[in-house]
Amino acid sequence: MRFMVIGKATKETEAGVPPDPKMFEEVGKYNEELMKAGVLVAAEGLHPSSKGARVRFSGDKRTVIDGPFAETKELIAGFWILQTRSLEEAIEWVKRSPSCFGDEVEIEIRQVFEMTELDPAVSEERIERKNKLRAQYENA
Amino acid sequence: MTGIDIHRAIEAVWRIEAAKVIAGLTRIVRDLDLAEDLAQEALLVALEKWPATGIPPKPGAWLMSTAKHRAIDHFRAIERSGRKHQDLGRELSALEQMPPDMVTAMDDPIGDDVLRLIFIACHPILSPESRAALTLRVVGGLTTDEIARAFLAPEPTIAQRIVRAKKTLGEKRIPFEVPRGLDLAARLSSVLEVIYLIFNEGYSATAGEELIRASLCEEALRVGRILAELDSDEPEVHGLVALMEIQASRLRARVDANGEPVLLLEQNRALWDQLLIRRGLAALERANALASARGPYHLQAEIAACHARAVTADATDWSRIVALYSDLARMTPSPIVELNRAVAINMITGPAAALQLLDPLMADPQMKNYHLLPSVRGDLLAKLSRHAEAVAEFERAAGMTRNAREQKLLLDRAKKSRDAAGESV
Repeated sequence: MRFMVIGKATKETEAGVPPDPKMFEEVGKYNEELMKAGVLVAAEGLHPSSKGARVRFSGDKRTVIDGPFAETKELIAGFWILQTRSLEEAIEWVKRSPSCFGDEVEIEIRQVFEMTELDPAVSEERIERKNKLRAQYENA
Repeated sequence: MTGIDIHRAIEAVWRIEAAKVIAGLTRIVRDLDLAEDLAQEALLVALEKWPATGIPPKPGAWLMSTAKHRAIDHFRAIERSGRKHQDLGRELSALEQMPPDMVTAMDDPIGDDVLRLIFIACHPILSPESRAALTLRVVGGLTTDEIARAFLAPEPTIAQRIVRAKKTLGEKRIPFEVPRGLDLAARLSSVLEVIYLIFNEGYSATAGEELIRASLCEEALRVGRILAELDSDEPEVHGLVALMEIQASRLRARVDANGEPVLLLEQNRALWDQLLIRRGLAALERANALASARGPYHLQAEIAACHARAVTADATDWSRIVALYSDLARMTPSPIVELNRAVAINMITGPAAALQLLDPLMADPQMKNYHLLPSVRGDLLAKLSRHAEAVAEFERAAGMTRNAREQKLLLDRAKKSRDAAGESV
């Protein structure tokens, strides 16, 4: 299973303040731990929203709005994608992360859809087969 | 946290820490079976205590410390009973001299312990299935039940397999060390074989099972990635990881809405996972940086990369693939490699040349029940308008496969060729 771990922006990340070298090192070590455990799929930091843009959709209309954007707490500053066997395992990894997004923050964890879960064309027959097989093994 | 939540949280901690704890203990007590028992005992204590105390900040160190105390108790009991134990004196004093600060005592920054554990769990003296089960258990931290479900085998079979494997390692006194020198190549090959076996169990899961068994692909990838970090000088390790990442990138496209297999060249490439392809290509770069002479996994990864880089099937670099299959054929000759080479040659030089390549395979006893051989031959013959012969091959192939959908496809092709043969008379 894959999970996206989302770090939100702060005044500092939005101001483009470079990360504290000690923190940078700690994050590096943490990513190494994730790699050594075979769970790191991706890890990226995002530039401040001043370098970004938004496209507003209003029916057929498209309007471009340049960054920066006001609601710092709502903005994303970085993310990891982890491959773990359960949400609980992703949670445990996140607990071990250094506080690179600040001292008082909430890091969000969201499960990534597998394509088969989204595909409306997946036949009834196949879903039924899957459920039967799962039941067989869970009740065994 | 509710009762169920804390249990699942503890299970998650176990999955993360099991390998390190078992590996560290094995180094100390020099007995994998005992080490695993001690680790399991520590887990039981955690399941008992942590719901009340909460999960400690350094759960791995906690488990290790608890297990070490159990080890001391265990050896003292042996001592008291007067039973002879070869290295008892040395082991007991080593354990007792461990500093009380278990955090530093547990420290194994290079990860050698886990690497040693991987090598011992994958020892060639065990059968590949035993190695696979044992590795998933001690390195992956999976329960016997989880392993049984993943392999669609009865739980007692897997349990017995693991027990016997540990016993064999103990009886043969397999040393707990990272192999060196001449030994390393063979031992490494044994490890890679196990990891790829686990991967293939998941990858080639037949229709209906694939959603359960795809987790095996993830497990194999995980162990492979761990190995690549711990033993990063070996190009074949990066080669295997590259191969698995790229093959895994196709998992969503391999199977259609009805759960039936889709051939690579017919897959919807929009469903290929670009993140995994990127990782696979990066692993391949690491392999290439380490060795210009490619081993078998490295070669197979290069072939997989050719497909991965092609935005459409038409954009595939078939010349490169032919060259790579030729290298692979020289290194690990096999009728299946020849078959794949023929398919690639057809793309460049046409069906006649490809057909010639397949002639020697017809007599090969290994190919007796391999339906893809007559299936491919049939396809090439049809392309050459040798329709009557094509019919025979498609019907032969249909008779050899047990997959109903494939049978239907082959019989449909036989009919098409029969009609074409009728027309050209």
